[in-house]
Amino acid sequence: MAPINRPVQEKVDEMQPFQNGSQSAQKTSQPVAITPAIGFQERSYGPLRAGAAGPVYVNKTHPTDFPWKIEWNAEPCIRCGSCVAACTFGAIEPHLMRQGQTVSVGNFPTPVTDTHVVMAIRQVPDSKLACRGCTMCERVCPTDSIHPVLNEQHRFPLVARRGGTPVKRGGRAHHIPVRALDYIKVGRISQMTDPALDAARHTFDLLTPLGRNLPARELPFKVENGKLVMQGQTPPMQWIYPVMIGDMSIGALSWRMWEALALAVAYLNEQCSMPVRMNSGEGGMPKRLLTSEYLKYFIIQIASGHFGWNRIIKAMPQMVTDPAGILIKIGQGAKPGDGGLLPSQKVAPHIQAIRGVPQADLLSPPNHQGLYSIEESVQKMFLSMNAAFKFRVPVAIKVAASSTSVSVYNNLIRDPYHIVGGFFMDGIQGGTGAAHEVSMDHTGHPILSKLRDCYLAAVEQGKQGQIPLFVGGGFGDSGDLAADAFKAICLGASGVFSAKIFLQLAGCVGNEKGRCNACNTGKCPVGICTQDPRLVSRLDVDAVAQNIVDYFLAMDSELKKLMAPIGNSSLPIGRSDALISMNKSIADRLQIAYAC
Amino acid sequence: MCRMAAIKSKNPVAPAVVLRMMLAMQEGHDNSGFAMVMQDLGGAFANFKDFPLLSMACTPLGLDRAEEYLEMLGFTPKFDYQPDVDDHPGLDFQKMPIYVFRNYRYPESYVSRPWEEKKKLLVSSCLELRKLLSVGDQGYIYSFWPDVLTLKEVGDPRDIGTYFQMWNENHWLQARVISAQCRQNTNYKIVRYAAHPFFLEGYTLMGNGEDTFFQKNKDYLNGLHPGYIGFESDTQSFLYTLHYVVEQLGWPLNYYKHVITPLTFDELNRHPDAPVLQHIRQSCQNLEINGPNTVVFVLPDNQMGIVADAKKLRPLVIGQQEDLVAVASEVCGVNMAIPDRDYTSDVYPGERETVLINNRLEVQQWLQ
Repeated sequence: MAPINRPVQEKVDEMQPFQNGSQSAQKTSQPVAITPAIGFQERSYGPLRAGAAGPVYVNKTHPTDFPWKIEWNAEPCIRCGSCVAACTFGAIEPHLMRQGQTVSVGNFPTPVTDTHVVMAIRQVPDSKLACRGCTMCERVCPTDSIHPVLNEQHRFPLVARRGGTPVKRGGRAHHIPVRALDYIKVGRISQMTDPALDAARHTFDLLTPLGRNLPARELPFKVENGKLVMQGQTPPMQWIYPVMIGDMSIGALSWRMWEALALAVAYLNEQCSMPVRMNSGEGGMPKRLLTSEYLKYFIIQIASGHFGWNRIIKAMPQMVTDPAGILIKIGQGAKPGDGGLLPSQKVAPHIQAIRGVPQADLLSPPNHQGLYSIEESVQKMFLSMNAAFKFRVPVAIKVAASSTSVSVYNNLIRDPYHIVGGFFMDGIQGGTGAAHEVSMDHTGHPILSKLRDCYLAAVEQGKQGQIPLFVGGGFGDSGDLAADAFKAICLGASGVFSAKIFLQLAGCVGNEKGRCNACNTGKCPVGICTQDPRLVSRLDVDAVAQNIVDYFLAMDSELKKLMAPIGNSSLPIGRSDALISMNKSIADRLQIAYAC
Repeated sequence: MCRMAAIKSKNPVAPAVVLRMMLAMQEGHDNSGFAMVMQDLGGAFANFKDFPLLSMACTPLGLDRAEEYLEMLGFTPKFDYQPDVDDHPGLDFQKMPIYVFRNYRYPESYVSRPWEEKKKLLVSSCLELRKLLSVGDQGYIYSFWPDVLTLKEVGDPRDIGTYFQMWNENHWLQARVISAQCRQNTNYKIVRYAAHPFFLEGYTLMGNGEDTFFQKNKDYLNGLHPGYIGFESDTQSFLYTLHYVVEQLGWPLNYYKHVITPLTFDELNRHPDAPVLQHIRQSCQNLEINGPNTVVFVLPDNQMGIVADAKKLRPLVIGQQEDLVAVASEVCGVNMAIPDRDYTSDVYPGERETVLINNRLEVQQWLQ
């Protein structure tokens, strides 16, 4: 008879922070290819042995202080090491554990107590290496033995600031109490008196203007033989798809992620006849792209650090087409009042080359140097950017939504030179590659009320549409970008810009509840926000581009499915009568109908 | 839905013809009202074409206010017509205490002034009268313009016709251009100012349909002219846009269609006039209409025009004979006006057409 080797009692290391899970289902899918993670650091905490008398270090950092705790189940685990290898944050590590067992050897029950040294997985109790909940360990585990669990009772804000360093992270603001878009529905449905259109058969014009729009009476028209004839120049205008890809730089994103976005945009334009535009972000663009025909699909951003503009200006003589627009970035919703921040760990050699800088933390100033007033902004910045492209390219401005947004917009809308081609506002739910947590979570302004305020301010002056309003910050967080964009358009937006959702389509696991958001660390587990070649290789550029194209195609159909029932074949910009809110306060604030 | 009937004739005709057209189309409206604008007048007003004609329905207090105001401006009565009425019990009709159809002389200081200045005076007077009458709900002013008479009533069109004796073919009201509408009150409470046709500064317009871009049209038009007020009906935005494009911007009429129903971008980019049309689409994006509509309008020179929505979701037919053109929402309406015409020459305006009936009664079709 074969000897029975059955543990009758487990005696585990008391520092072992794991709980035995109850998962039993074996994963059937093959584990994904993984790359060895960033190396672990030596740590010097002293485990307490079972039964050992000694001090209890209650003040030491413990995984229970962290927002995410790792649950590891020893029974199904085959100790393959995939989870440890996949974890880019060094949040888990293998360790040896003495295990006591009572076994019986021989033909008759003869209990013998023995101990073995076995390998286990444990969470590292270092706040700098805290688990981000990214689930990479769970995704690669062939036996479903490990996963992160949200720890609602954590003390992370208290332990993370040890050493006197403010907490920084990427991603988005956490714990926004109300997502107003979810309380808004499309409630004005065309039925009998004005029939709904057919989303599948009618023609829809889903285009929106980007550029300074002259009022009709200022158009340089002359009547000749019963026809209007143009006499003179008008500001440049582009009719573009109303959802654009928001500003994310090469640097904040891995070059492969940026490339995937650019591929998707080119495909949507050239193969799908959808004039989707993509913003470069602050950080320049590759020269090959700057001097290619595809430049026309990109809006080039100039932010306060002017990163990348040396290369852009040098490429101008070789440009074969104009960019779709220029966006002057003043601020962003995730960290209003702050300039851009690219941590040095992400300033890889190719980023240094594009931006023309050495490896260092790249901090853009909070404002453009030399601009001390809105008037100067219009005269100097707008004029020089317009002039740089010989007044052929719309120049727009992006600010963070704020209590002062209407004043800014009112100032711009006077625009005596007709050089302000768009007003981009970014709300508190916007994302960022890196920011101080206190800025992300506690500064900013929700976008919808500011959008509405600005639109109604323009209406009051009879100037709606003259400077198109584009809004961003949380659009698509629900996954339904079409619905979010449509509601914003009805409230007065000419279009929306969205960014995070396209990263999520690429595999980003970050969310508003604190999962991952480690874009600042250079250790993005899916290769999106990192410049580490080993991590970037996790990203399949073509698959990501395909996902984004697919999403745009689906969104296009969904936008039509929203336009058709309200009887509109072109964009319902400002059609607030189409919306209702099931929250009275939101309805009142946005001046739309309340319904219950 | 509503039903529209319009006549453009070489000779003055009585409103009985449009009442008959309306009755034929009765299945398309709900007998809740009848409104009519008559232009190029014959009959009782034939000799007073140059004198502004006040069309008003009001209370005695309202009349006092209006007379006092016009007197203050220097207007003096020229000709006043008190219609004979057939007021017998049982008429389904909310009649007003006083109906005013009165020509005025211009104030002395305006007699020799150019027409542009007189126009401004008439528009501002009309707007002020509207304000004065609205205080305490003392009545309604519909038009104050030379050679234009307006009647807007709430009730059964047959009974309204009976009360004003409009079934009489030799009625005191005669005109070469008549636009009339019977409505179905689906979206708006019954208010007289919501009844088509609408009139502003020589432009008359009525529509059948729904403007699903009404909110954005209204938001934009509000500030473009002091006369762009009310918005009791979405169709007012069509009139104001027509007025804005032709009167204020001075653009040729054919661009009106390009403003309200612009070509799709595909069509536009292939159009020989693409740069101009693209600018129009950009600058007039808040004046675009959506939804099903057919619009009939009359210009200050009494030419009549017709346009439809870009998907042609509302019908309209134009029938003609030598001395008369009849326009109706349904062919049965035209049949009541011109039963013996050549049906094959009937015109059904398309979704990309502007139809213009000039003063020689030629029916022109312009492709957008």
